[in-house]
Amino acid sequence: MSNQVKALAVAGAVAAALTGIASAPAHAQEKEKCYGVSLAGANDCAAGPGTTCAGTSSVDYQGNAWKFVDAGTCASMELPDGRMGSLEPLERDLPA
Amino acid sequence: MLDTRPNYLPNRPGVGYKPQHFSDILDHPGTVAWLEIHAENYMGAGGRPLAQLRALAERFPISVHGVGLSIGGEGSLDDEHLARLKHLIGWLEPASFSEHLAWSTHGSHFLNDLLPLPYTEETLARICAHIDQVQETVGRQMLLENPSTYLAFAESQIPEAEFLTEISTRTGCGLLFDVNNVFISATNQKTDPYSYIDAFPLDRVQELHLGGHDEDHDEHGAPLLIDSHGREVVDAVWKMYEYTIAKGGPKPSLIEWDTDVPDWPVLEAEAARAQSILQQVLV
Amino acid sequence: MSVGQTDFRTAILDARVAAPAGLVDPEGRPAGKRFDVYRNNVAVSLTEALKTAFPVIRKLLGDENFAGIAGLFLRQHPPTSPLLMFYGAEFPDFLAGFEPVRHLGYLADVARLELALRHSYHAADATPVAPQAFQDMTPQALMAARLRLAPAVQLLRSHWPIHAIWQFNQPQGGPKPEMRPESILITRPDYDPVPHLLPAGGGALVAALGDGQPLGNAVATATTKAPDFDLAATLGLLIGGGAITEILQEETP
Repeated sequence: MSNQVKALAVAGAVAAALTGIASAPAHAQEKEKCYGVSLAGANDCAAGPGTTCAGTSSVDYQGNAWKFVDAGTCASMELPDGRMGSLEPLERDLPA
Repeated sequence: MLDTRPNYLPNRPGVGYKPQHFSDILDHPGTVAWLEIHAENYMGAGGRPLAQLRALAERFPISVHGVGLSIGGEGSLDDEHLARLKHLIGWLEPASFSEHLAWSTHGSHFLNDLLPLPYTEETLARICAHIDQVQETVGRQMLLENPSTYLAFAESQIPEAEFLTEISTRTGCGLLFDVNNVFISATNQKTDPYSYIDAFPLDRVQELHLGGHDEDHDEHGAPLLIDSHGREVVDAVWKMYEYTIAKGGPKPSLIEWDTDVPDWPVLEAEAARAQSILQQVLV
Repeated sequence: MSVGQTDFRTAILDARVAAPAGLVDPEGRPAGKRFDVYRNNVAVSLTEALKTAFPVIRKLLGDENFAGIAGLFLRQHPPTSPLLMFYGAEFPDFLAGFEPVRHLGYLADVARLELALRHSYHAADATPVAPQAFQDMTPQALMAARLRLAPAVQLLRSHWPIHAIWQFNQPQGGPKPEMRPESILITRPDYDPVPHLLPAGGGALVAALGDGQPLGNAVATATTKAPDFDLAATLGLLIGGGAITEILQEETP
């Protein structure tokens, strides 16, 4: 494929992409945009519940005392065992 | 555009801001006249948290309340964190800035709790040096809050109210008086909360805090109150609040509710209760 | 006796270590359970922060497993900054190296996705270029253009079906994930990050654009990776998601 043909193909793809998003809804008003889900993980200055929870549980300190219990949605997904196969390192790119 | 919002906290009720209340606050503020934010939650680069804060700051005086500076830390203050604080205070120009008499960072580990300090000449000097550094860096006065404590240090030599008075005298910082913390600490330390109020320099207090706590017991059966901020302010604390403003005059009064955060009307009702007490005093 | 903060911290993070001597109750007795309040505040608040930060990992593992792993993690990796919104940067590697969950090979990449969503949420605001800006460009100018991506854009490329796993664990649900590699583009139109599944080769294109390569080169890289690479679909996600903030035109010689 010549450079000219490649360029036309790219231009065609850009045009197709623009057609696909032309019908996107108009932007919401500033106030509506402000209101919405907060991904918290927030700091506050409250104390935890009393003295008898996670802070003093002895199992929290010993990895070898920890046991996996069958629970959660991982049990209902039939994906290969992570120890099998040749897992290549993750390629991860975060544009700066 | 002319900025007409007052750049001070009015002697009226405020609440700790929670994102789930964003629309309610703008649509139905009721008696709530100002808002307090935890500084650390607005130190991201952008996005919704900062957009909400900008929108709220157009309508309400904002108090920036830091929970992560570790003013009582043995090590030096975290320069990066101090720079973030300076940046936030610089663009927001809040009506007030406050932090805690506590530590939370040690050797690069942030423990996310307001940990207690011994009240000695040594810690006094260290805390004053840190407050000097903070006030010089951010270029304004800060307020320091009395802590809630669950235990005492055998080495402590200075009563807490006197310790805070001396810090304020040496550094010129103002004080934030948490009435609930006084009740919690006095109960946990078996002291008289009213004597603490009487010993406190209320003329240097620029803000009051009110919040709920949980009740527990230690292994000897002694009451142990936990500063959970997860329920209504108890009557005993409201009585202390009345006493405090009758003695020290009306002050900006914050309702703190950080865990099991209720729907807006419940929080606003707490603010209304503070407002009714503030009005009684004014009459 | 003076109680240093090193001893205090050590005892906070390890309940097998006694509370430092010199911490007392009102009768002058050892602080005992009173010290546990601080232990508990730290452990509970950091566990809560991890729960909020990694909801899909929590759903995959179940509450009990998650709380146990969080308890171990927070003691090995206490926060190194007071900004709790970014707590858990070491969590993916911790999960990858934690023997009891080694059979769940995808956990680390799913945790990386949840971290990336959080970083996108807090990233700096940026104004996207208007889609019309592309219309006026000649094919040659398009090939030579470098596209600046918004700070909120994140790219994750995994050997696991991380988008399908993420979708399967959302409240609205999704089909059962099937084994295949998946790449995700996170865009943030306005304030809500959205993870999009990229077509084959899309990860290579976005990575090349992020590296500052001209569009023509980026397309060539993507096509080498995936001969059936769908450029229109990938550009649609980028432009529609407001991911492009600037078109840098090459000076024509």
